[in-house]
Amino acid sequence: MSSYHLPHLAQLEHEAIFVLRETVAQFDRPALLFSGGKDSTVLLQLARKAFQPAALPFPLVHVDTGHNFPETLAFRDRVIAETGARLIVRQVEDSIKAGRVTEESGANASRNALQTVTLLDAIQESRFDACIGGARRDEEKARAKERFFSHRDEFGQWNPKNQRPELWNLFNGRKAPGEHFRIFPLSNWTELDVWHYIAQERLALPSLYFSHERAMVNRHGVLLAHSPYLTLHPGETIDRQRVRFRTVGDMTCTGATVSTAATLDEVIQEVAVSRMGERGGRADDLRSDSALEDRKRAGYF
Amino acid sequence: MITPLHPALPPPTSDILRFTTAGSVDDGKSTLIGRLLHDSHAVTDDQLAAVKRITAQRGEENLNLSLLTDGLRAEREQGITIDVAYRYFATARRKFIIADTPGHIQYTRNMVTGASTADLAIVLVDARKGISEQTRRHSLIASLLRIPHLVLCINKMDLVAWSEQRFADLVGEFSAFASRLDIADLKFIPISALHGDNVVTASARMPWHEGGTLLYHLETVYHGGTHNHIDARFPVQTVIRPNNDLHHDFRGLAGRIASGVFKPGDRVVVFPSGLETQIKTIQGPAGEVAEAFAPMSVVVTLSDDLDVSRGDMLAKPNNRPTQSQDIEAMICWLGEKPLQPEGNYLLRHTTRETRCRIQTVRYKMDLSTLHKKDGDLVIGPNDIGRIELRTATPLLFDPYRSNRGTGSFILIDEFTHATVGAGMIL
Repeated sequence: MSSYHLPHLAQLEHEAIFVLRETVAQFDRPALLFSGGKDSTVLLQLARKAFQPAALPFPLVHVDTGHNFPETLAFRDRVIAETGARLIVRQVEDSIKAGRVTEESGANASRNALQTVTLLDAIQESRFDACIGGARRDEEKARAKERFFSHRDEFGQWNPKNQRPELWNLFNGRKAPGEHFRIFPLSNWTELDVWHYIAQERLALPSLYFSHERAMVNRHGVLLAHSPYLTLHPGETIDRQRVRFRTVGDMTCTGATVSTAATLDEVIQEVAVSRMGERGGRADDLRSDSALEDRKRAGYF
Repeated sequence: MITPLHPALPPPTSDILRFTTAGSVDDGKSTLIGRLLHDSHAVTDDQLAAVKRITAQRGEENLNLSLLTDGLRAEREQGITIDVAYRYFATARRKFIIADTPGHIQYTRNMVTGASTADLAIVLVDARKGISEQTRRHSLIASLLRIPHLVLCINKMDLVAWSEQRFADLVGEFSAFASRLDIADLKFIPISALHGDNVVTASARMPWHEGGTLLYHLETVYHGGTHNHIDARFPVQTVIRPNNDLHHDFRGLAGRIASGVFKPGDRVVVFPSGLETQIKTIQGPAGEVAEAFAPMSVVVTLSDDLDVSRGDMLAKPNNRPTQSQDIEAMICWLGEKPLQPEGNYLLRHTTRETRCRIQTVRYKMDLSTLHKKDGDLVIGPNDIGRIELRTATPLLFDPYRSNRGTGSFILIDEFTHATVGAGMIL
């Protein structure tokens, strides 16, 4: 009896594959939201495994804020070339030009929140009914409340107070026309699980995740990469530091940590003993105590 | 700052224990979870700093650990837990997933949701107040949902002077009640979540307790999972047809093993057609495997080219699921509107969806006495009752008590698409 045992990482892998297959079985037009970060890289690997030897039964969608790290975009293009996956890119820049959104102004300006409009427009335009994302419950307190199959109304909004109970392995993807679902196969994974899986599968990642020297600006304790998109506050200085990023988002809001972890093993050791949360360096989350919940309600990733 | 006793590194080879926590509103559930998370390094400095900041803003005296678990703005404003939240922590021995469910009576459905995937349930009791209606209700749900391990934590022992007698009385009282339930393994632990006694470290103030700490129990309790490894059942989730030159004849049945074990070469019956064939290959995420068991996600190829699609099921010729349109079940009602007698619903069971009609409401259960409620057959939100229903197409099932995977179903409102019922087949 005891020989029928799966180690915990394998349990998570089998669960995620089940969720991905259930998505394809229950929806007509799914898509995978691919940012080029570590979580969506793991998600893509799981999706390829779930449907092999067939090709991926859905396209990848990337919402490009125009403020991405060049390393992320290079990595994205390399993954697409190697896997032959279909990629749809939507630019926040286009939403700005079309007058759909207005760019934030001031020194703390970020396009992070504007992505929501571009994303929802892309969903409507391509008539996607299920968007698979790499969000995990351990990332943030609002995400801890997420379902595997998370309903969005016709305006793309999340209503966390009235979510469908999710029992056993029975997922209810029923919806009215115009509504869609967000699907989170990595719900039960922690940051460390993701890293262990990357090591197990020998997955390539953007170089940002590993220690490198970079010009940095310290803003209220958040270490931001110096870039053309960042306007310096009076008194702020640019210092070269050895850093790595734990999450990869916009250059204007993704904080780095000072780190010498240059290999997978070193990163795993660092994550295992870290006393800071993964998103502790995300300026977009630090705007208020419920910043991520508010963005999620509006239709954010 | 409490020094962690265990390194935060969960080795990739450890297993997972999923548990749910229940208790009345002020029994100290948030404090207990906060302590487990904190002492196992799962609370990071920035989370703790945020909790301290908000506690100070509100002018509260004690560090409010419930802020760690109440994730929604409305929950933090009102100081209540609305919805199930999932928490993660790991020790050197195991990875843990906590389904943290609200304590209010009106949120019984959230407890049912959390319990549906749990291997173990912790029910908290206030040592001063004793066994309450909520304690009985939560234990009944744990028993009904077939959670194999129940831990009754008698909390706030500091407020009853660490009394061995008080603990013994509560153990006696609850044991008498629990003998009418179906609980495979029942454990009692006297704790003080506030002071940490018997949560992670053994209590010097209760040397009479020899049963170990809560964390030790969570780390070492034997669980072969809640999976049945005897009755081989494979519900087909989707069919994989690559349609490319390399694999143009490939036709794989993808799905998750619900129970039992399958091997290449096994004779299998395809339901509902009843046709027999042989398993040719089984592929897991990393390639071909020699055997597959629950809860593995695999792709099965068959020796014969049969018509098999989503909702069908593979089983063994000498061990078949029940096939019927008439189902008797216990139902936990999740919807706002009461269950409609003779109403039609969508029913989702394994990978199959079909229409069904409620035929009879046999009885409604009084959750505090375990008795049937006389003359009251209205199954409203958070009620549990026994019903008969008839499905449009036959279900392939086993009783829930022997097979969670093929014995459970949900009911969906055809108009609102809401999940309104959780069923366990008798």
